[in-house]
Amino acid sequence: MTDLTRLSAAQLAEKLTSREVSAVEAVQAHLDRIGEVDRAINAFLHVNTDEALLVASEVDKERSLGDAMHPLAGVPIAVKDLIVTKGQPTTAGSKILEGWHSPYDATVVRRLRDAKMPILGKTNLDEFAMGSSTEHSAYGPTRNPWDLDRIPGGSGGGSAAAVAAFEAPLALGTDTGGSIRQPGAVTGTVGVKPTYGGVSRYGAIAMASSLDQIGPVTRTVLDSALLHEVIGGHDPHDSTSLTDPVGALVEAARNADVKGLRIGVIKELQGEGYQDGVQARFTEALDLLRQAGADVVEVSCPNFRYALGAYYLIMPSEASSNLAKYDGVRFGLRVVPDGAPTIERVMGATRAAGFGDEVKRRIILGTYALSAGYYDAYYGSAQKVRTLIQRDFDAAFTQADVLISPTAPTTAFKLGEKLDDPLAMYLNDVATIPANMAGVPGISVPGGLADGLPVGIQFLAPARQDARLYRAGAALEALLEDTWGGPLLAQAPEIGGGK
Amino acid sequence: MPEITREDVAHLARLAHIDMSAEELDRMTGELSVIVDSIKTVSEVAGDDVPATSHPIPLSNVYRDDVIGETLSNEEALSGAPDNADGRFKVPAILDGE
Repeated sequence: MTDLTRLSAAQLAEKLTSREVSAVEAVQAHLDRIGEVDRAINAFLHVNTDEALLVASEVDKERSLGDAMHPLAGVPIAVKDLIVTKGQPTTAGSKILEGWHSPYDATVVRRLRDAKMPILGKTNLDEFAMGSSTEHSAYGPTRNPWDLDRIPGGSGGGSAAAVAAFEAPLALGTDTGGSIRQPGAVTGTVGVKPTYGGVSRYGAIAMASSLDQIGPVTRTVLDSALLHEVIGGHDPHDSTSLTDPVGALVEAARNADVKGLRIGVIKELQGEGYQDGVQARFTEALDLLRQAGADVVEVSCPNFRYALGAYYLIMPSEASSNLAKYDGVRFGLRVVPDGAPTIERVMGATRAAGFGDEVKRRIILGTYALSAGYYDAYYGSAQKVRTLIQRDFDAAFTQADVLISPTAPTTAFKLGEKLDDPLAMYLNDVATIPANMAGVPGISVPGGLADGLPVGIQFLAPARQDARLYRAGAALEALLEDTWGGPLLAQAPEIGGGK
Repeated sequence: MPEITREDVAHLARLAHIDMSAEELDRMTGELSVIVDSIKTVSEVAGDDVPATSHPIPLSNVYRDDVIGETLSNEEALSGAPDNADGRFKVPAILDGE
């Protein structure tokens, strides 16, 4: 029998629909794979064995009765542990939520359950999604399946690594400044940040509410489109949710074609600061797109150079406010100092013990940026820069249908390499942050290898035009796979046993 | 922009309700100075004529339909709390000596 873990979600769905394979077999194959490799990868914080098998057996039963089922019914999925799930723990990668169970499901989780997609478990992340390497998880780092000594990106390193290591065909991530796309880039997988408001944020533990967005993490562009259609669409529980229909994303991915498509190369997101191998794969991708009939033009977004700075004012400001709720009263950890302490002392001790260094840094930075006397100079100025970035996008999209850049400036770095240098860590997100600042959608697709490690290529589209990402992304994927003779992940090394 | 001092960080930590050791305050002061230094150009970019953007895709007048929906039960709402009594969150003393 074929190895079920090697199939794409679309392929697996076909075999399930035709009843060539049962959902229980599909789920069990992935649970077995998790058992084999996750000691080395540490992608999962919680494995949801019993419930996943139960849902799978229900799917098999209903299918045998000839009931109409969702096309992805029985296709298993992993969920980033920032997204709340009833019946399973949710930690956000933090000690402050250790052992906490959400009393409700996130809207995206409810939609997975409605589609009868078994949830394999919860994936590792940087604490409260703050980081670019998954090293800031309170539960130990996740390792990159391409090289176990390297980072899988972050904050959604667990979801990307799980998909790259064939532990799950699909996963959910969240992207505030690149946390879906950058892990996708460095693990050779596909990640999509939808238009802000295109997928409900209800039940995604908030980091920076005006930037956060849930999206798909997969191995193929078509799989991302399939998953995006499951989770997307209006949700009255999220007041920032768009009322637009999701759009024909799967159709766009199936009709991949760049003939006549105007692709804008962002002048400011390449060259200096970008690793040679990354730049080389990027240039090759542009050549392929040109040969396939795309109209490749250069666009300039001069204010993108201020995006990182503005992001590191807006994001911590919103995060410091969002994380005020971890007060040792309503949920999670409570640390009580000796004596008869007041609530103030309990809060101070609880938050000192429950939060890790990066979270503390960002809370302090946000508190600073929002404090009296600095508000206008910092937070206010950053919001103005946000306007300038939006204007750059508006101008660029008059010249091009989609924009293109490398997803991340480098390939996966070594574990520990940037852990003591927050600023160097922040630079990983230089190419992904502008999309969050402007609310526009972005996708990262595998672009090949540099020194044996994956490189990501990013497409960006105007707000509400997510379908263009799937059209362009799937076209580039097909062009590149022709040159590789198959998917990039087929070149990944076998994962050895425990480390 | 003024330098960020150890006293500033201590004050901010108090505001944010995070106890910090002397060693942590020293380290955080150094790290924050570097970060703040790298982002201070942001305040010099945009002039007064540029409006602020607080939300990437503004929506207005978002209301849900005025119908009774499902809500959490009292038990569910309290289920994750470290302490509760009489169907309520139990909070440590607010004032000293009580």
